[in-house]
Amino acid sequence: MSVTQDDVRRIARLARIAEPTDRIEQLTGELNGILDWVEQLGEVDVEGVEPMTTAVSTPLPLRPDAVTDGEITQDILKNAPRSEEGFFVVPKSVE
Amino acid sequence: MTDFSTLSLADAAAGLKKKDFTATELAEFTVREAEAAQGALNCFTLIDGERAMRMARASDERLSSGNGRALEGVPIAMKDLFAVEGVEMTASSNILKGFTPTYESTVSQNLWDAGAVFFAKTSMDEFAMGSSNETAASGAVVNPWRAKGSDERLVPGGSSGGSASALAAGISYGATGTDTGGSIRQPAAFTGLVGAKPTYGRCSRWGVVAFASSLDHPGPLTRTVRDNAILMQHMASPDPKDSTSYTGEVPDFAAAVGKSVKGLKIGIPSEYRVEGMPGEIETLWSQGREWLEAAGCEIVDISLPMTKYALPAYYIIAPAEASSNLARYDGMRYGQRVEGEDLIDTYEKSRAAGFGKEVQRRIMIGTYVLSAGYYDAYYLKALKVRRRILEDFNAAFEKVDAILTPTTPSAAFGIGSKAKASPIEMYLNDIFTVTANIAGIPAMSVPAGLDKSGLPLGLQVITRALDEETMFSVGAALEDSAGFSARPEKWWA
Repeated sequence: MSVTQDDVRRIARLARIAEPTDRIEQLTGELNGILDWVEQLGEVDVEGVEPMTTAVSTPLPLRPDAVTDGEITQDILKNAPRSEEGFFVVPKSVE
Repeated sequence: MTDFSTLSLADAAAGLKKKDFTATELAEFTVREAEAAQGALNCFTLIDGERAMRMARASDERLSSGNGRALEGVPIAMKDLFAVEGVEMTASSNILKGFTPTYESTVSQNLWDAGAVFFAKTSMDEFAMGSSNETAASGAVVNPWRAKGSDERLVPGGSSGGSASALAAGISYGATGTDTGGSIRQPAAFTGLVGAKPTYGRCSRWGVVAFASSLDHPGPLTRTVRDNAILMQHMASPDPKDSTSYTGEVPDFAAAVGKSVKGLKIGIPSEYRVEGMPGEIETLWSQGREWLEAAGCEIVDISLPMTKYALPAYYIIAPAEASSNLARYDGMRYGQRVEGEDLIDTYEKSRAAGFGKEVQRRIMIGTYVLSAGYYDAYYLKALKVRRRILEDFNAAFEKVDAILTPTTPSAAFGIGSKAKASPIEMYLNDIFTVTANIAGIPAMSVPAGLDKSGLPLGLQVITRALDEETMFSVGAALEDSAGFSARPEKWWA
C-alpha cells in the first residue's frame, strides 16, 4: 500500500495538523518509505494469533467508587492559553 | 577532598550518612557543574539551583539528626518528561513551552520521598521520539565523549540523551529516563553508562508525558549496576493512579548485585548478528559470552526468529498510540495556541507550529494506520506480530535464564551525520533494544568496552518478566569482568 500527495493532505487534515504545503512531496516519500518497510510484516503467519494489548497480563484493578479528586479549578486552568471566570476560553465551535 | 564528579550514587549516599560531606556541598557542586557544562553540552532544559539548595538544606537537617533516608541528599536529574510540581515541563517540545504542572509524577514523588534532591530537567528528543537527541526544541544535545583525536560533536543517543550526557559528564548521581524502544539503553551504551528498564508497569507512568502507553517504561541511568538497582528500587512502586502499574511488591534489587551467576543459562540469539554491524561489536559480544562463561554461566545458542519484525511492528504500534496520546495537544486547555480563523483552524495551526517534523511524521503515520480501512491491515496485524515476538521470548526463557546481545549496532555518531538519511536509518538504532519493549520484559545495557576510536559500547542483558534480579546479577557480572573505568576527557567546561 502506498500513499499519494492527496492522501498525505487528507491524513494531515485527520491529524489536525495544518497542511505542510512546502513538505508534501518530501513527506509523501518518507511515509511511503516507512509503509513499504513495514510491509514485511505480511511475511509473518498470524493465523489464529490473538492481538497482544498488554505486556504483563494482570487483572485490571478496581478502586472504591468514591470521589477522590475535584475542587481544583485554579490548578486546571493554570496552564490555559486563555481563561475567564473559571472557564477555558476557546474559539466559537457551535453556530 | 572527595572528587564529587566520579562518585557513584551508592558512595554519595554513604558519604552523606557518614558526614564526609554535606548535601549542601554536593548540591552546590552539582549545580555549578551543570551550569558550567550547559553551554557546550546543552543537556538541560532547566537548572533550578534554588530548589536544589532548599532540598539539600532539608536533607542536611535530616542527616544531622540521623534520620537520613536511602537517597538522602543525593542529586538526581529528571528527564523533562516527568512532572515535577511547579517546574516547567516541556517534553522538549514547543507545544508545551511554559507548561508548569500542578501535580507530581509518581516516580519523582517516590524519589523525593527517599530523600533525593532535584536540581535539573534534562533534554530529550521531542516527546521521546528519536535516537539521537537532535529533535529537542532546545537543539541537539552533545555527548561528552569524542573520538580519539577528533573534536567532532557526537550525539549522546536518545531519547533520554540529556540524562545520559549529564551523567557521563560527571554531573548528578543518577538520572531518570524513559524507554519506549530503547530510549534509556541506547543512550547509556553511547555514553558509557548503565541504563535499564524494568518490566512494564514496575515504574508508574502517572505524571509522565505519554508517548506510546503500552511501550513506555520509566527507568534509571547510572554509572554502576549497583546504582541502577538502587535507583530503580526507589522509582518503582505499585500505583493506584496508573491502572497498568504492577501491583506486586518491589523486590530488593540491590541484593541481586554481586550474587553469583554460577549455573545460570545465558542465551545467545543468532538473529542479533546483523548485516553491516562493525566487527568490534561482534568481538565485544563474544567477549561478553566468554566473561559470563568464566563466571560459571552456561552459554546456550538460541533462536528468536521474530526479531527482525520487532522494529516494523513497533513503527506501527508506537505511532498509532502516539497519534492518540498527542491528540490532547490542541491549544485549548494547555500548551501553545496559535489563533486561527475558527476552532479547526486554531487546532491545525497550533499543532503545526508546536510539533517538530519527526513528531508530525509519527502522528501522521499513526493517524494513517488507525484510519478507516487500514486498521486491520496495519494495527491489528502489528499487535498479532507483537504476540509472536513475546512467544519467541517465552520459548527462549524455557531454556535460558537471561539473553546476552549487543545494545546497539554502532557507537555514537556525529551530530547531523544522519540528517540526509531516511527516517528508517535512524530507526535502525533501536534494532536490538526494541524487542524488550514489545515484550515488556526487563533489559539493561552495561558499558563493556571502547571501540577503536575510543567510544563506549554496551552489552545488553534481557530477562523474564518480573525477573529484574537476574538482570542485575548478570549485569554486575559483566561489569566486574569488563572493568570499564574509562571517562571522557573534560573539554566542556
